[in-house]
Amino acid sequence: MESNSPAIESFYDEKGKYSGIFSWIFSTNHKRIGLLYLASMLFFFSIAVTIGILMRLELIAPRSTIVTARTYNALFTLHGVIMIFLFVIPGLPAPFGNFFLPILIGARDMFFPRLNLLSWWLFISGALLAVTALFTGGGFPDTGWTFYVPYSIRTGTNVSLAVFAVFLIGFSSTLTGMNVITTIHRLRAPGMKWSRMPLFVWGLYATGWIQILATPVLAITLMLIIIERFFGVGLFDPAKGGDPLLFQHLFWIYSHPAVYIMILPAMGVVSEIIPVFARRTIFGYKFIAFSSLAIAALGSLVWAHHMFTSGMSETAIWVFSLLTFLVAVPSGIKIFNWIATLYKGSIEVDTPFLYIMSFIFLFSIGGLTGLMQGAVAIDVHVHDTYFIVAHFHYVMFGGAGFVFFGALHYWFPKMFGKMYREQTAKLACLILFIGFNVLYFPMFVLGWQGMPRRYFDYLPRFHAGHFISTVGSWIVVTGLILMFFNLIRSLFKGEKAPSNPWGGATLEWQISSPPPTDNFEEIPVIVRGPYVFKKEASQ
Amino acid sequence: MNQEKTNAEEHRDDTGAKIGMWLFLFTEILLFGGMFLLYSVYRSKNPLDFHQAAFELSTVAGTINTLILITSSLTMALSISAIQKGDKKLSKAFLIMTIIFGLLFLVIKYFEWGAKFQHGIYPNSPELLDREQGEILFFSLYFIMTGLHGLHVLIGIFLLSFMLFFMVRETIGQNDFIKLENSGLYWHLVDIVWIFLFPLFYLVT
Repeated sequence: MESNSPAIESFYDEKGKYSGIFSWIFSTNHKRIGLLYLASMLFFFSIAVTIGILMRLELIAPRSTIVTARTYNALFTLHGVIMIFLFVIPGLPAPFGNFFLPILIGARDMFFPRLNLLSWWLFISGALLAVTALFTGGGFPDTGWTFYVPYSIRTGTNVSLAVFAVFLIGFSSTLTGMNVITTIHRLRAPGMKWSRMPLFVWGLYATGWIQILATPVLAITLMLIIIERFFGVGLFDPAKGGDPLLFQHLFWIYSHPAVYIMILPAMGVVSEIIPVFARRTIFGYKFIAFSSLAIAALGSLVWAHHMFTSGMSETAIWVFSLLTFLVAVPSGIKIFNWIATLYKGSIEVDTPFLYIMSFIFLFSIGGLTGLMQGAVAIDVHVHDTYFIVAHFHYVMFGGAGFVFFGALHYWFPKMFGKMYREQTAKLACLILFIGFNVLYFPMFVLGWQGMPRRYFDYLPRFHAGHFISTVGSWIVVTGLILMFFNLIRSLFKGEKAPSNPWGGATLEWQISSPPPTDNFEEIPVIVRGPYVFKKEASQ
Repeated sequence: MNQEKTNAEEHRDDTGAKIGMWLFLFTEILLFGGMFLLYSVYRSKNPLDFHQAAFELSTVAGTINTLILITSSLTMALSISAIQKGDKKLSKAFLIMTIIFGLLFLVIKYFEWGAKFQHGIYPNSPELLDREQGEILFFSLYFIMTGLHGLHVLIGIFLLSFMLFFMVRETIGQNDFIKLENSGLYWHLVDIVWIFLFPLFYLVT
């Protein structure tokens, strides 16, 4: 099977009904759709990074420096909405899930190829509507990405359109989830038992369930904002008997599980990459697989820990705090299993591995500070401060973001059939890692000292921290530019990638790079687990 | 579950299509679930106002609509049974009946809403804002939940009309009726949601 002869046509050479760009945007091939997602997401990612840089620049000194307070409000809303709904949530499942899920389970495509294409269309329509909201009505919302009532109902900015955009993107995410679950249930190759599935597939499976069970709640909540704005029904308006707190409940019933939509597939990728670079089978396969499901289940029951200071009964706070601590258990299981996998492995330190190691370091900091906020007494102190901002970025950017880059470097040779420059990629990773900590670590300190989040101005005593943080943002952006420069350069000038550059044992490495249109000439029959490497097999 | 049937492009996989549909129905239940959550909280806070406001809904219209929808679920199921047995004509007839029942439901709903509007009861109306807070909430929930449900009935009617079109075009037949079956599942869901809405709004008096 391990042939790399040029005779095999890759999916890039597929002759379909359409040509040019239409052969992409109307393609139902899962690999093309995956790349469509990748391209559109990276585009929006670059916008959101730019906004982030602008915000940091504004905060380089007290008082207004480059933008007004109103613009700053719109900026952090836009940064949040784009990063969360257009980058991190679809981050791993949409591009890598689409591209690799069918290959990893030995199928030719997703179960519902046309639905898959529809998901991308909904995604891109939502994204374009969100951009339209920038320039129409009263300008982009200044509510923050959480769209809390009553402000989101009263503000004159274009909340309705932006909220509708998020609604569409949510719908796209739900359809992807349905597709993923059905594909995993129905299209596994002969012999691919549940216990032989790669762990990324397990991550996607758990994610799919959260997408299906949580996203509709967001959909109805967002719809209620629109209805409220147009008809004034009063469901969240205290003057008419409504309760704004219920909005927060409904919102977090989705949005807390949503952070697991962001992190579970990332954890799956980590479990793919670590065994390959340790040349050793994964430690505790079953525990990792089931901890994904446990996180999905427990994560659905902790939403109100975002609301400790909003006004709830003591009992509710106590229960949600306890449940929050419980989520740490399956996350901890994963971390320990990854570390145990490295023990006595013959580790190759390539770029994807470096990103994953950075992930474990940063995510541990993010996770442990998350536990601090799960404790009510501390949360009351740090709620709505930069401590939260720091924690969130450590988990999302340091967690899901770094894994996204790791996955990009891991699968880049397979997706594009080209190798990148290893040295440059490692350098970019190092710069990113340093920049990341310079950017976000001061925020923990600032938050602990009482710097509130979402303020465009601050007291002089916070100056040093903000200044260091802004310098960090420049380092991060240098790393990002170097990384993407390296990747884009290798698209054109890179060496041709072999079919299995890292020595991986999962199915995607058994076919040519880039993969042929139908992935497999013949559907493979699976006789072993996903992480059985040759040396071990012969021992 | 079943490792032998794997090639979607070679064998049609009806079980897979049905799994997908059920997953979609879960999302629908959760969509309405958000509304039911709001309903239960507001009702437990304002039991008397809800009780009072419910008197103004027409129980007769609600009951007729309930009967119509339940009957339409029956004709839907009969339509599928008919096509399984190979009787396309009968299947089409039952499908058309289902669509007509759906339309009838919407017409009655239209008159119900129209009557409320005439009495000055609609979201944010001066008449409504004069009332107790619980009553405002009751009618807001009534309009949103029955409206959302009505929208689903409308989508269902479109869906079934497409199925009728497919039957005429012969793409649905005795050996390939999964589309019809899935549309039927959707129709039953719409029906079941109404079965919960009816007592919660009309019978709480």
